[in-house]
Amino acid sequence: MKIFNQILLTSIFGVTAITAQAQVKVTDPWVRATVAQQKATGAFMQLSSPQDTRLIEVQTKAAASAEVHQMEMVDNVMKMREVNGVDLPANKTVELKPGGYHVMLMGLNAQAKVGDVIPLTLIFENKDKKRETINVNAIVKPLTQMSMPAH
Amino acid sequence: MNSKRRNTIALLSMLGVACLPLSACKRSAPVFNGIDITGASYGSDFHLTGHDGKTYTLHQFKGKYVLLFFGYTQCPDVCPTALTRALNIRQQLGADGKQLQVVFITVDPERDTQPLLAEYMRAFDPAFLGLYGSLQQTEDVAKEFRVFYKKVPGDNSYSMDHTAISYLYDINNKIRLAFKHEQSAEQCAADIRTLIQTQSS
Repeated sequence: MKIFNQILLTSIFGVTAITAQAQVKVTDPWVRATVAQQKATGAFMQLSSPQDTRLIEVQTKAAASAEVHQMEMVDNVMKMREVNGVDLPANKTVELKPGGYHVMLMGLNAQAKVGDVIPLTLIFENKDKKRETINVNAIVKPLTQMSMPAH
Repeated sequence: MNSKRRNTIALLSMLGVACLPLSACKRSAPVFNGIDITGASYGSDFHLTGHDGKTYTLHQFKGKYVLLFFGYTQCPDVCPTALTRALNIRQQLGADGKQLQVVFITVDPERDTQPLLAEYMRAFDPAFLGLYGSLQQTEDVAKEFRVFYKKVPGDNSYSMDHTAISYLYDINNKIRLAFKHEQSAEQCAADIRTLIQTQSS
């Protein structure tokens, strides 16, 4: 019985350790396809974290720069602005989707063709200034993609 | 005035109010999802270059419904969404979709060159027409169509703030409706069907 408890305890710790390592869950990362000569596009995804954290930076080898932007409609005028970050409240799915936040990829190295994979590095920081880095492979979807179906 | 007479007047005025929408129904004034801007003094014509190098004016599309909006190709969100909606509208109209000409005017002619516009339009629908002009022509056409746009510099690039309204013209090149970005392809297609019915009756 004692041994059993120890095993149980170990497995609980084991699970906890894994959870602590992989905090933020990234679902359906995708990039909108481009045509040749088009140098910019957007990346979209769903993010959720078991603890409060914040997406503060995105890096990619596929473009000269990546910035987190927010689209806003003010009196039927579309405005796009860089934001310092996107807050992820604990256990709440935050969507980067058309009509809201997106990762703006500027100065693309190559045309993004449907089916291509674009690697993105997402950097999160919690209120204790502890950082977490997650690498994702975003799939290139057609130009006509509206948004990914919710899961 | 006695109370009976006052009541009669009140009753009559109530009836009067109630009759107004009724009589409107009798004339079968069309009800639209979009904003009815029939008779607006702006957006009467354009003179710009197409992605095929030819010169275009609105009046060349007499006999067709024209769905027109402004945007730029480096736009990650609103412009592809508006063009995809235009594609869906045409599909929903079925055979009538051929009567709808989609026109996209760039507010970013510095980056939206003729070959880029051509490829971008083709990626959505080869029947779409992309238009561009010089910086001055772009300024003039935006003013004529009451479209706001502004270059917003970023660290490495720039983006364009711009009006995200789509205008609909009837077969006589008359401006009729303004669709907001939020309106669905279904709502827009229903409005175009209504216009087709009222114009053919």
